[in-house]
Amino acid sequence: MSHGSAPAPAGGHPEAAARFVANEARTHWHDQALWFVREKRDKAASLVPDWEELRIAAAAIRAYQRGRLPELLEEFERNAVARGAKVHWAADAAEHNEIVHRILDERGVRRLVKSKSMLTEECGLNPYLEARGIEVVDTDLGERIVQLRQEPPSHIIFPAIHLKREEIGVLFHDKLGTPQGLSDPTKLTEAARGHLRERFMRAQAGLTGVNFAVAETGGVVVCTNEGNADMGTSLPPLHIACMGVEKLLPRLEHLAVMVRLLARSATGQPITSYTSHFHGPIEGGELHIVIVDNGRSRLLADTALRGLLACIRCGACMNTCPVYRRSGGYSYGWVVPGPIGSALAAARDPASHATLPFASSLCGSCDGVCPVRIPIHDALLKERRTLAARGLIPPGKRFALAFLALVLRYRAVYEAGGRILRFALRHLPRFVLYGPWNVWGRRRELPPAPKESFRDTWRRTRAAGGRSRG
Amino acid sequence: MRVALFVPCYVDQLWPGAALGAVKVLEAHGVEVVFPEEQTCCGQPMANAGLAAAAEPLARRFLEVFGGFEAVVCPSGSCTSMVRNHYDPFLAGAPGFDALKAHTYELCEFLVDVLGVREVRGSFPHKVALHQSCHGLRELGLGVASESMRPRTNKVDGLLRSLAGIELVPLARADECCGFGGTFAVVEEAVSALMGKDRIADHEKAGAEIVTGTDVSCLMHLQGIAKRDGRPLRFMHVAEVLAEALP
Repeated sequence: MSHGSAPAPAGGHPEAAARFVANEARTHWHDQALWFVREKRDKAASLVPDWEELRIAAAAIRAYQRGRLPELLEEFERNAVARGAKVHWAADAAEHNEIVHRILDERGVRRLVKSKSMLTEECGLNPYLEARGIEVVDTDLGERIVQLRQEPPSHIIFPAIHLKREEIGVLFHDKLGTPQGLSDPTKLTEAARGHLRERFMRAQAGLTGVNFAVAETGGVVVCTNEGNADMGTSLPPLHIACMGVEKLLPRLEHLAVMVRLLARSATGQPITSYTSHFHGPIEGGELHIVIVDNGRSRLLADTALRGLLACIRCGACMNTCPVYRRSGGYSYGWVVPGPIGSALAAARDPASHATLPFASSLCGSCDGVCPVRIPIHDALLKERRTLAARGLIPPGKRFALAFLALVLRYRAVYEAGGRILRFALRHLPRFVLYGPWNVWGRRRELPPAPKESFRDTWRRTRAAGGRSRG
Repeated sequence: MRVALFVPCYVDQLWPGAALGAVKVLEAHGVEVVFPEEQTCCGQPMANAGLAAAAEPLARRFLEVFGGFEAVVCPSGSCTSMVRNHYDPFLAGAPGFDALKAHTYELCEFLVDVLGVREVRGSFPHKVALHQSCHGLRELGLGVASESMRPRTNKVDGLLRSLAGIELVPLARADECCGFGGTFAVVEEAVSALMGKDRIADHEKAGAEIVTGTDVSCLMHLQGIAKRDGRPLRFMHVAEVLAEALP
């Protein structure tokens, strides 16, 4: 099984991205599929008169939450317990997995159905449970597809966005026995539905993620489009809901702000088909809520980057990111890809994700779509400084830029350097200029160099003293 | 009014026409232009690579060279944004820094916000597409980005539109990044080049004859790809367009 946080690809993001881009037609298809979602998001957001004010409100709610997280968590626990839920606390991924396994094991559960949860991906829950003899079935269609392929999700909202329907047809033929060559999305979905229905019927427990938890009510909220979370928690008597500490909202009224933003940002829908509120267990059943830290309180203590905890996992930054669209989710080598994933991964472990803060042109479009206004590109820039401070910038790049900086400190040296550069660009033979060292020149021509720099012309044409004749 | 012209290093050395155009346009609007010859580079390449220690002396140098001018004007959104939005870690609290930050402008921004120019004189009878460089668009707010739900305004587009005879062609993706991104162009060469290629296709599909923009860096990258692929597009900095259009 390759579930859990995907290993960082060899060579980091640039090499993985280059392999993705090598198939240009497929890259364009991927780009277009996600751009379509970005456009749907634009349309949906444009229909909310105060969209930008809503984002400001959401950011304020998240900032307030960060400031009082410990008290709010205690309030949530009190209220959840009062409604009959059992609350468990997990310091890290290992504890989370142990807790979930213990709950299942104590009740003799061998068959578990799951709805989407990036947290359990982060913790590597599926392989942990499978190694202990528990059948785990992801019931979100996209999740099920990647699970059958033994792949992690490539996008947090569209886990199988990297696959074409023909490939899903082949997979379903192989795994679910659909007719060979079937690629009609409706028919494939019907086949998956039949297959999943059977798994739902024999499941002994259902596990869900949590989109929001409300401190004031002790309830948890799960948003899905397929109703799979509801199936998985209504049929079996045992419901386990796993959440990171950051999922908390102080009051129910805050949910109104978040829910209006979430689906519009994620898929361009006004609201997900199902927004299910769980307040305590079903009759005769049990509800366990596992609250996980796994590095979040360390991020909360990081004054420069704590704002990243505001993320509500809508995926809008991935859809708008020109780099993500052209490099695919797997190129990031982390459970959450794209701009926010890069920022979160590098905040957690800079050394293991040293190429991710650089997997961005810093265009800033992610900041603009983020429903909770996380300054993502600024976080990436801060993380670049951290990498440099820890000596994690490749030496070639470090020396080249340090040398350039030295040249630029002295006007005369800069001017001489400029002259040499322009002379070289004009006169060196092509095979020298475009040698293997010239990465720029692999797919681009170098700029045509003028004879005179601006300052040469200025000096030649303007009186001494540098004034214009204006 | 007297302004200091801040000419980014790569403009100075590789695309001087943008700075010459800026001088011509500023002077046509009655502005006196000085060029402090001690200037070199704002330090953005180092700062964006995270190399704060290498960038800091250049930021200090910039303040020494440009501090005290009534206004500093630059034919680049990205380098202007470096001074305005990214110098704080190096210069916060330094005497004259707040004034420098407040009075450093991108060229179009200076024309519109400081001089109050709404229409520029001149004619430019060409089909032009405007490439929105990201830092000017989003960090300086030269326009409202496509993902924002605020009313659409755009200073650069407004100035270009006021030229007689110009036809500004609409792009399918109004402000997608071209993929230059400084060292990104080299570090993430494959993605960078494809981003550029895709922008060029969009510009061509829109029927553009000339691609213009506020940043030579983006234009140089796009031009490099267009030239390699034998595309007939021409690339002009917005200052060159405005200067050539002058009567």
